[in-house]
Amino acid sequence: MHENSVIRHAGITLRALPGMARFALRCAPADAPRASQALGLDLPLAALTASAGAGRAALWLGPDEWLILAEDGAAETLPPAMEDAFAATPFSLVEVSGRQLAYGLSGPGAEEVLAEGCPLDLSDAAFGPGTCTRTLFGKVEMVLWRPGPEPAWHIEVWRSFAPHLHAHLREALLDL
Amino acid sequence: MSAPFRTHQGGRPDRARTLRFTFDGRTYDGHPGDTLASALLAHGVHLTGRSFKYHRPRGILSAGPEEPNALVELDAGPGRREPNSRATMVPLRDGLLARSQNRWPSLAWDAGALTGAAAALLPAGFYYKTFMGPGRAWEKLYEPLIRRMAGLGRAPAEADPDRYAQRYAHCDVLVVGAGPAGLAAALAAARGGARVILCDEQMEMGGSLLSQPGTRIAGLPGWEWLEVALAELRALKVRLLPRTTAFSYGLQNMVSLAELPERAEGPRERLWMVRAARVVLATGAIERPLPFSGNDRPGVMLADAARVYALRYGVLAGHRAAVLAAHDSGYEAAFALQAAGMEIAAILDPRAAPPADLLAEATGRGIRVLAGQGVARSLGGRRVTGLISTGGERIGCDLLLMAGGWTPSVHLFSQARGALRWDAARDAYLPDTAPEAVLCAGACQGSYGLGACLAEGHAAGGGHGAAPGAQPGREPSGMPTAQAVAGAAKAPMAFVDFQNDVQAKDIALAVREGFRSIEHVKRYTTNGMATDQGKTSNMVGLAIAAATLGQEIPAVGLTRYRHPVTPTGFGGLAGRHRGDLFEPIRRAPLHGWAEAEGALFEPVAQWRRARAFPRAGEDLHAAVLRECRAVRQAAGIFDASTLGKIEVVGPDAAEFLERLYVNPWKKLAPGRCRYGIMLREDGFVTDDGVVGRMAADRFHVTTTTGGAARVLHMMEDYLQTEFPELRVWLTSTTEQWAVIALQGPKARTILEPFVEGLDISAASFPHMSVAACRVMGIPARLFRVSFTGELGFEVNVAPDQAPALWRALMRAGAPHGLTPYGTEAMHVLRAEKGYIIVSQETDGTVTPDDAGLSWAVGKAKRDFVGKRSLARPEMRRRDRPQLVGLLPRGTVPQEGAQILASPGARMAEGHVTSAYWSPALDRPIALGLLAGGRERMGQTVYATVMGGAPIAMEVTDPVFLDKAGERVNA
Repeated sequence: MHENSVIRHAGITLRALPGMARFALRCAPADAPRASQALGLDLPLAALTASAGAGRAALWLGPDEWLILAEDGAAETLPPAMEDAFAATPFSLVEVSGRQLAYGLSGPGAEEVLAEGCPLDLSDAAFGPGTCTRTLFGKVEMVLWRPGPEPAWHIEVWRSFAPHLHAHLREALLDL
Repeated sequence: MSAPFRTHQGGRPDRARTLRFTFDGRTYDGHPGDTLASALLAHGVHLTGRSFKYHRPRGILSAGPEEPNALVELDAGPGRREPNSRATMVPLRDGLLARSQNRWPSLAWDAGALTGAAAALLPAGFYYKTFMGPGRAWEKLYEPLIRRMAGLGRAPAEADPDRYAQRYAHCDVLVVGAGPAGLAAALAAARGGARVILCDEQMEMGGSLLSQPGTRIAGLPGWEWLEVALAELRALKVRLLPRTTAFSYGLQNMVSLAELPERAEGPRERLWMVRAARVVLATGAIERPLPFSGNDRPGVMLADAARVYALRYGVLAGHRAAVLAAHDSGYEAAFALQAAGMEIAAILDPRAAPPADLLAEATGRGIRVLAGQGVARSLGGRRVTGLISTGGERIGCDLLLMAGGWTPSVHLFSQARGALRWDAARDAYLPDTAPEAVLCAGACQGSYGLGACLAEGHAAGGGHGAAPGAQPGREPSGMPTAQAVAGAAKAPMAFVDFQNDVQAKDIALAVREGFRSIEHVKRYTTNGMATDQGKTSNMVGLAIAAATLGQEIPAVGLTRYRHPVTPTGFGGLAGRHRGDLFEPIRRAPLHGWAEAEGALFEPVAQWRRARAFPRAGEDLHAAVLRECRAVRQAAGIFDASTLGKIEVVGPDAAEFLERLYVNPWKKLAPGRCRYGIMLREDGFVTDDGVVGRMAADRFHVTTTTGGAARVLHMMEDYLQTEFPELRVWLTSTTEQWAVIALQGPKARTILEPFVEGLDISAASFPHMSVAACRVMGIPARLFRVSFTGELGFEVNVAPDQAPALWRALMRAGAPHGLTPYGTEAMHVLRAEKGYIIVSQETDGTVTPDDAGLSWAVGKAKRDFVGKRSLARPEMRRRDRPQLVGLLPRGTVPQEGAQILASPGARMAEGHVTSAYWSPALDRPIALGLLAGGRERMGQTVYATVMGGAPIAMEVTDPVFLDKAGERVNA
């Protein structure tokens, strides 16, 4: 499928990212340490921030909501680890590995491509390294995450919206 | 080719390079830096169009965005024809092809001009007066005629081949207008470290500086300072957007800009949506024309426009000009034009005592001034040849200039919900206060001197210290417009709104006929309602209305400025969302397989679903019959992936569903499913679907395809606002699971070998069971459910794995007659069983009881969403529309047909909701909502047929097949 091909233009690269394990984690913020223990990663508690390390990332999407991204094997190992960590404490862990796909957009000025459809301020001052949010690109909802200081963006989108999002990003990139 | 009206030197255009362009079939030349208007004027071409209503010859009035007359059609090839382009704003380019509009057969000889002779029959409000009858004459005769005569260009008929971009941008300071005030503001803000965007609608930045080559700023010649300033702005990373019109000011400083990029291969337009912490408006001012007879004749022009053409473009708009100067700026224009080589025939100043310094300078320059005199009428045909003064003197000229004072461009400030105040001294409305973070600078707030513009811009940009210095100019004055328009109401063909052909007498007539509010006068006369939004006409019209009413201008009020302030293309507004990107089209994981099989697809919400799988030689009907028979006799396979799915998890999950659905959930055992019905607060069915209990604290909820997002939002809404105490969380899993449905008597036989870790026999996995297991080694959630009335299973697997499983099932099922079926067969199969489809059998006014679903309602439940509404007397009436089966005689009625009690009845008693040819019954069947239907079994009713005899139908139970449910429980 064309949306999986790598597109390079004006020093910016748009590529489909390989498959990964994903979970929607919900729990009371006070119980976050239990999840951190199971994840081996501090669950971020500050709004719109992500933490990452050791092949895993946790993206804060709401006061009691995180998107967990992990290398492939975690689909089997993470649910029992969470069950153990939470024991009788209520939480919700729902696998969404197949629900969404990911794209990477990187290179100097990549935020200009995103500005074609994303109404947020993506400057360093407003959207620094480690920032993540659920937002829009044109007519499609996405989760946007800037993992580090370099101009590289991680985009999560529901599977059936991915071709539209990719085609829109591609047009915006080629017109830059 | 020589351009006879081009000066020998000076101006911005690059005379070393020549561009060729065509207007109305004739080829001309010009230079980079010209507009279409300046290049035409260089060749002495003033006549550029015919007016809207009277088809009067019209020329170029202005040199800027306010142009009401010189609207031309640009033709850049198929799909790129652009009507209503202002010649004053079109940058000249090589090969430009332009045509005049609203004329036939030619611009010089226009048949429509006859309406000018009949002008007496077309007064203000003539639409409402003249075209009253008889009968259908309006739609048959008048409207087509008016539409043909009163055109404003032609829209292209071909598809637009261009691309349109959009861009969000954020900044600390957005400066609108790159004249001296805007430049000073941008410099001050950028030097202070702010993120700055500076936009200007002209092709070149500089605003009024471009037509003031002689001025000095900060010790530099004006044009040199402009270069230095722009270079500094670039160095400070200011985003400079020339050819970019700010056309709309939205809430919280969201300003929309339309950019026409220069590069030919990129997008044709780019819409900028700028969120600015602060906005500086430096939008300048527009000169007012003056109403007198024949003030619309080609060659009659705004005085400052003629000055701009001479000094910015090096083009003299005529050889010999007369200037009607009700404002001092008319003198400045006259002096500048004379210096540029034009003869000034006379200055007519309606003021009895013009300022002494101006009189002295005119005298010194040998220019005659007729004080206390105006213009009675212009002379000439398609070009002005002279004028008659109000004193009766005949003066010959080929250019007649109007200086009626200045109107600050407050449009965007007004859209920012800014209040305007009347300033009698400046004879204008000026910006007052605004709730947005917006500041004005320069001529748009009535400051006309260069020094003042620079100082105000510097301050608005947050600048410290001294502003770039310029000599203070003299404070100009003029005759108030309310005085200057006196007498115009009696003059024939004295135009106020050139684009809509509104005369001064039309406004006076509207007032005499009783219109007092300026908003009513505007609509009755159409003054200011053309595409230019009255940029040159509003204040003159207001002055005439005030004078006629005998009131001051502020007492009459001011009309509002609509979005967009300046017309902009639809392309930029649509952006990328056209063609393939118009809307997201969602395709489920098995779409590719269905496409390869030659399936027909139908849109369901944003999804595309396989409607049927016709084989060679089959039409849709034949395919559907075959697919239905296969399901009833053997087995069918169906892609149900688009069904909405929500994972409801938490210790209070059952309690939450108890409150959201009409059904009881607490006693549903893990491993079991239930058909759930969801109401809105008003008691009407909004969604339905099977809910499976995976564990004590985990439910797998399904919704309709179209209702998925709505149901999740509704659940979240109730959870967060009504039931925040419940410990339960919702996650959309619609796209986490692909769903393969196997339905039919052979379904178990085909599926059983694939299933690991689960006994799916009738005894241990009965109808309405659910379990996690593996299917072909793939982790799955297996439901035993049916929407066909047959033994059925739905296999939920990861979307990546679904195509392989589907193909394996197809192979294994082939010997058993396994047949793929689409949504159309699904509709027929479920109708044979009387299963409703929400939004087909329901329309937002159907209760569970209306739909025959009372059995599903948990009667013992204390409460659920919609319960109180169901107790209303209206909801318990026995004659409510109720779901019934209908057995039509002969043919299949139309879905949506009204149901009548007798063939000639005038009152409908319900409607047909679904109607099909049933292969199982080998006859037409239908479902419908019929008043008191359940008590009318056996009666004959009639379905209306458009233009035909009603179809008789017998009222029957909605379950047509297997009432005992033996097949589904097999």
